[in-house]
Amino acid sequence: MTALQTVQSSDDSDFLLDVNDLVVHFETGKRRPFQGPSYVHAVDGVSFRVRRGTTFGIVGESGSGKSTTAQAIMRLVPVTSGQIVFHGRNILDLAGKPLREVRKQLQIVFQDPFSALNPRRRAGDQIREPLDLLNIGSRGERDERVRRLLGEVGLPPQAADLFPHQFSGGQRQRLCIARALAPEPDLIVCDEAVSALDVAIQAQILNLLKRLQRERGLTYIFISHDLSVIQQFCDEIAVMYLGKIVEQAPTAGIFVEPRHPYTWSLIAAAAPPGPIRDELKRRYLVKGDPPSPVDPAPGCRFAQRCPSATENCRIVLPQLDAIRPHHYVACHRVGELDPPAFDAAAMGNPVQQSM
Amino acid sequence: MGALLQVESLNVGLRNGAGVVVPVIENLSFEVHSGRTTALVGESGCGKSMTALAIMRLLPEDFVITGGRIVLEGEDILSLSPKRMRALRGNGMSMIFQEPMTALNPLFTVGDQIAEVLRWHQGLSASAAHAQAVEFLRAVQIPALEQRVNAYPHQLSGGMRQRVMIAMALAGRPKLLIADEPTTALDVTVQAQIFDLLAKLQQDTGTAVLLITHDLGAVAELADDVLVLYAGRCIESGASADLVGHPRHPYTRGLLGCVPHLKLGQRMPAVWSDLGEIAGMVPPLGARGADCAFLARCRDASDVCRSRPQPMLEPIETDHAVSCWRKSEIAA
Ligand SMILES: Nc1ncnc2c1ncn2[C@@H]1O[C@H](COP(=O)(O)OP(=O)(O)OP(=O)(O)O)[C@@H](O)[C@H]1O
Ligand SMILES: Nc1ncnc2c1ncn2[C@@H]1O[C@H](COP(=O)(O)OP(=O)(O)O)[C@@H](O)[C@H]1O
Ligand code: SF4
Ligand code: SF4
Ligand SMILES: [Mg+2]
Ligand SMILES: [Mg+2]
Repeated sequence: MTALQTVQSSDDSDFLLDVNDLVVHFETGKRRPFQGPSYVHAVDGVSFRVRRGTTFGIVGESGSGKSTTAQAIMRLVPVTSGQIVFHGRNILDLAGKPLREVRKQLQIVFQDPFSALNPRRRAGDQIREPLDLLNIGSRGERDERVRRLLGEVGLPPQAADLFPHQFSGGQRQRLCIARALAPEPDLIVCDEAVSALDVAIQAQILNLLKRLQRERGLTYIFISHDLSVIQQFCDEIAVMYLGKIVEQAPTAGIFVEPRHPYTWSLIAAAAPPGPIRDELKRRYLVKGDPPSPVDPAPGCRFAQRCPSATENCRIVLPQLDAIRPHHYVACHRVGELDPPAFDAAAMGNPVQQSM
Repeated sequence: MGALLQVESLNVGLRNGAGVVVPVIENLSFEVHSGRTTALVGESGCGKSMTALAIMRLLPEDFVITGGRIVLEGEDILSLSPKRMRALRGNGMSMIFQEPMTALNPLFTVGDQIAEVLRWHQGLSASAAHAQAVEFLRAVQIPALEQRVNAYPHQLSGGMRQRVMIAMALAGRPKLLIADEPTTALDVTVQAQIFDLLAKLQQDTGTAVLLITHDLGAVAELADDVLVLYAGRCIESGASADLVGHPRHPYTRGLLGCVPHLKLGQRMPAVWSDLGEIAGMVPPLGARGADCAFLARCRDASDVCRSRPQPMLEPIETDHAVSCWRKSEIAA
């Protein structure tokens, strides 16, 4: 990958966030004899741009680097190289007061609403905390804002005086969302924010997030391993595999014509039950283990499991190239491999898909 | 042939601070047959895990079984000695817990823990047990297996711990396997693999499975029979295809409407349309009265629901029972 890619988009006000060739490596404890340290390539050259007021989804297997990408954007992990341009500025260069200013505009909601809250502090105080830390408004104004925020996420004002254990899982996630909203951010990263919730509460929270987006023009990065939630919720989707984006496209296109063999496998696993799913699984679901992210082999990251891999795939790393406007794929064989057909006739099966 | 497990009018209560026992599970009855899967479905807090723990006789302190029978292969579990009960856990029945850390011993490597189960229940030698433990871990698709066998539970990610626990639960070759939300924490590709794995195991060994999940959508293809729990009461039960295809209870219908389905090959409308949601939440323990527990959240509620106690779970057709005053009016 070419190192210094310059930022051409800072004048482009359509995009709120521009992640440019982001690399996050973690040194592993083990040193091999006579060699340097080895590294977990958690995120290995990831670039994407997020349009203001939209939702950018990241999907991929466990360990593919979704959370690390999110945490790098939040400046919660050290970044090895790359740029994260937010509001036209590379925030990786910031420290001190300018960094605190940016932190107001960037918030995160985690998967586990319980460990994200302090068990010994009242709900209201925790929502106030970012306001206190970032010194926003007077005391009275902060209290007023806490009350308003509780209302916006569907909790009564008395909730401010309760402790986290007095709430259900879904209510705790509402608290986390209220806390993230408190400093009036532009961008909220939702890292598996609904994955731990049961389907009924998940639907409530997704509807809530969408309403808040409409009302406040929020931009989301939405991380999930649930493709049907991603499809419902996101405008654009990036599929990650072992630290890299292997396919990226608008939601409208990617479930009509996915082009990367790994995306096919994810879709096969998540397709609605029925003969089409069985056929998709038979043809596209990959088996075996994802390889280790420690010092990955050269070539396509997916080559070990890809049914279509050739010798070349194992040697040369495919670049993420546009196959049409806004649709990017990293696969040497994208031109030769036919995408899956989703209708019964093309699958050689007369049974109509129920839906 | 009778059922492997019979639960008859099970009642579980929680003794609260004031010494009063409040109901957690009320009059729950169901069966699980060898080679078949029965699913318990409901929102969190509905009593699914407590049902499982009652069967394993592992209820937390303060929880008491206040009535009913639990019979496994003719043995009344509630009257067994602790010694007999310990022997039964493992090869009579075993459980995949929702929280993997509760079941794994932090002081032993995962390989050793599974090997221990194998030595105990199958009398294998140490080396044979270790070799088989590796096979079980391979079956649940632990990546970089060779290193992971010797890892301690805290060194694994949540998803990997869950897989280790599945391997451990399978190692005793139980007749009844209770799986409490076994894949909620796993990603979809692995979920699909785990369910395939469970299905294969069931086919090979005739294990009966009690599957606990909040995802009614997934149940249709995974289970033969389904019970929908709401606030500790069974409000609808039946053969899974029938129940999922023609849900009758307003709560069951609401649950199905919450689940987004992946749509393939069709362009989605660009505008967001809200997911179906059931407003409100499950009434907490102690706040459950005699009337229909779903009343406060039910859009179909009418005067009859407000003036009478919760109706019995009554058959509406063969193999399909519903507890709702308006069950006949609510079209299938
Ligand atoms: N602090 C760390 N030190 C070493 N390795 C790490 C660290 N944090 C993450 N990793 C590794 O980096 C890789 C990417 O991890 P990440 O948490 O981003 O995955 P993810 O895509 O969010 O997975 P999941 O779906 O399980 O949440 C993994 O191999 C992980 O083990
Ligand atoms: N250790 C505990 N102490 C007090 N109440 C509990 C405890 N564990 C569970 N409960 C309560 O018991 C009820 C049933 O819980 P559970 O069986 O875990 O529900 P589910 O598995 O369906 O989510 C819930 O109201 C829950 O809050
Ligand atoms: S580059 Fe080769 S190995 Fe990689 S996804 Fe494409 S065909 Fe498969
Ligand atoms: S009994 Fe009445 S309140 Fe209860 S679920 Fe049926 S219609 Fe709704
Ligand atoms: Mg993660
Ligand atoms: Mg539970």
